[in-house]
Amino acid sequence: MSLLEIKDLKITFGGLDALSGLNFHIDEGEIVSVIGPNGAGKTTFFNAISGLVTPTEGDILFENESIVGLDPSTVTSLGIARTFQNVRLFPNMTILENVMVAQHCRTSQLIYGALLQTKAFKREEREIRERAIEVLEFFGHRLVGYRMDQPAFALSYANRRRLEIARAMATQPRLLLLDEPVAGMNPIETAELTALVGRLRTEWGFTIIMIEHDMKVVRDVSDRVVVLDHGVPIAQGSYDEVSTNPDVVEAYLGRPVEAN
Amino acid sequence: MPTHAITTKSARRLVSVDRFLTFIRVFLVSVIVIGLLAFIWQQFDADNPFAQWRNPGARGLTGDQFKGLLISGLSQGSMYGLIALGYSMVYGVLGFINFAHGEVFMVGAMTGFIASDKFQANGMWESNFLLCLVLIIVMAVFFSTFTAVVMERVAYRPLRNSPRLIPLITSIGVSFFIQNFVLGLFGPSTKSYPRLPEWLAKQRSILTFEIAGTRLLVLVVAAASMAGLWYIVERTKTGKAMRAVAEDKEIASLMGIDVNRTIVTTFAVGGAMAGVGGILWGLMFRSVTHMTGFLPGVKAFTAAVVGGIGNLGGAMAGGISLGSAESIAPLVILEPLGVPGVSQLKDAVAFTVLVLVLLFKPSGLFGERLSSEDRA
Repeated sequence: MSLLEIKDLKITFGGLDALSGLNFHIDEGEIVSVIGPNGAGKTTFFNAISGLVTPTEGDILFENESIVGLDPSTVTSLGIARTFQNVRLFPNMTILENVMVAQHCRTSQLIYGALLQTKAFKREEREIRERAIEVLEFFGHRLVGYRMDQPAFALSYANRRRLEIARAMATQPRLLLLDEPVAGMNPIETAELTALVGRLRTEWGFTIIMIEHDMKVVRDVSDRVVVLDHGVPIAQGSYDEVSTNPDVVEAYLGRPVEAN
Repeated sequence: MPTHAITTKSARRLVSVDRFLTFIRVFLVSVIVIGLLAFIWQQFDADNPFAQWRNPGARGLTGDQFKGLLISGLSQGSMYGLIALGYSMVYGVLGFINFAHGEVFMVGAMTGFIASDKFQANGMWESNFLLCLVLIIVMAVFFSTFTAVVMERVAYRPLRNSPRLIPLITSIGVSFFIQNFVLGLFGPSTKSYPRLPEWLAKQRSILTFEIAGTRLLVLVVAAASMAGLWYIVERTKTGKAMRAVAEDKEIASLMGIDVNRTIVTTFAVGGAMAGVGGILWGLMFRSVTHMTGFLPGVKAFTAAVVGGIGNLGGAMAGGISLGSAESIAPLVILEPLGVPGVSQLKDAVAFTVLVLVLLFKPSGLFGERLSSEDRA
C-alpha cells in the first residue's frame, strides 16, 4: 500500500498548466527525489500536497484518504510536513519556540489550563520542551545550548536550513517534504546534510520526498527519481536509469559539449 | 527639456516640505526645552527673571503636587495601555487598525454600569464589594470579548483577503454601528457608576505617595491584567501560535495551527483587556455614555503607535508614557510658558506626543514588531 498516491494531478494558473497528468506514489520508508529544470512545477507539486494550492483536477490520497481541499493545518495534523526552498522561519521567535510552536497540532491543552496552571498543562509544556530539544539535538551541538534562546534571525544560513528541517520534524509527520535542503550550502555542509537525510529515514522512520538540484545528493540518498519538465513527468526510476535517459539529458542534465 | 523641468520642480517641493518639517521639529523641541528650563528655574528660585520670563505668575510645583500628577498620569496611562494592547495585537496579526476597538472598551464600561447599578439597588455593592467587583469584571470581560469576536466573524473575516484599506474603513463603520446600537438600547443620558465604598476609596499613603484608593485599584488591576497577558503571549502555546500567525500565516498553518481560530483568540484576548479597561474607567470617572469609547480609543491607538505598533510591551509602555505626558506636561512645560488654560490641553499634549514620535522615531519608542508581509 502506498503512503501517498497522486492520480492525474492537474494544476492550472490562469491558463498555464503548472502540472498536468502527474501520477505519483510513494511507499512507506522510501526516499524519492523530484528533479527538473526551473519552472517545471516541482514546488507547485509540494504546494498541492501540503494544501497551499488546490488542484484543478485529480486526486491526492494520503493513507488512502483524499486530502484535496483540506486546510494546510489539517494536512499537517494528518502527518505531512514540509520545508521551503527559500527558508521561512518565524524570525522573531527563538529557536526553541520555533520548534515548540510546530508541535501545536499534537497537543491538547487550551488557554484555561495555562491560566489555572493545571498539572496536565505543566506536564504538557514540559513534554513539548523536551521533544523540541530532542529534535534539535539531531543536528548535533549546532542548535542546542545557548543558541536555543536566540531569535531565529540571528542564525547562520546553514543553521536556518537545519532549523527549518527540525521544525518540520517536530510536527511529528510520517511524510516529510524537503524543498532543496542543501541549496546554498558548501560541500562539507552538503555532505553532512546528505547523511542526515538518510538518518531521518532509519532513525525517525520518515518517508521523504525531496526536491534537489545537486545530482550528487540525489544519487546518494534516493531510492527513486522522478523527473518533471513543463509540468509533465518525463521519466521515473532509479538514479542510473533516469540519468542516462535521453529525454532527461535533453531537458535537464544537458549534453556533453562535444555532442553539439 | 520638459523632463528636466519636472525633476527640479518636484525636488524644490521636497525641499520646502523638508524645511517645514524641520521648522516643526525645531519649534517643538525648543518649546519643550524652554518650558522645562523655566520650570526647573522656578523650582530653585521662583523670583528669578528668567523663570518669570513668560509667566510671572508661575510658582512651580511642590513635591506632593508633582507626585499627584504622576499618579494620575500612571493610572490614566495604564488604562490607555490596556486598550492599546488590543489595537497592537490585531495590527500584529491582521495588519490593519481596528478602529472599532474603542467601542469594545465602551461595551465593557457599559456592562459594568448596568451590573453595578443592579448590585447597588439590592444592597450588595456596599455589603460585599469585592465579590461585586469580581462579578462586574467577569461580566464586562465576557461582553467585550463577545463583541470583539462577533465583530471579527461578521465584519472582518469576509474581508480577510481584500486590501488592507477595506477592513480599516469597515472598522470605522463597525464603530458607528456599535455606538448607535448602544445609544438605541440605553439612550443618550450619562450613566453614573455607584460610589466606591469608603474603605476602598479613601486616600492612603504608600511610599510617601498620597494615592486615592480608586487609583490604586486601577493600577493593581491593570498591572495584573498586563502580567497575565504577557504570560499568555510569551509562555503558553496559544501565545506562541498567536506570534507565529503574526509572523507568517501560511507557515503557521503548515505547523498545524488553525489560523482562523488563532485570529479569533487574538480578538478575544484584546477584547478582554478592553473590558477590564472599561470597568476601571467606569470606577475612576464614574460616568459612561455611548460615546465613551471614542476619545480613549483614539488615545490608545496613539499609545500603540508611540510604543511601536505590533509590540505588546511597547503598547503598555506607550500607554503609560502617554498618560504621564498628558498629565504632567501641561503644568511642567506649558504653564511656565504662560499658555492660558493649561489643564484643558491634555488632549493637545497627547497628540503632540504622537507628532513628536512620528517626526523623530516613526517606528515608535520600542520599535515595531511586524512580519515581513506587513512591512512591505
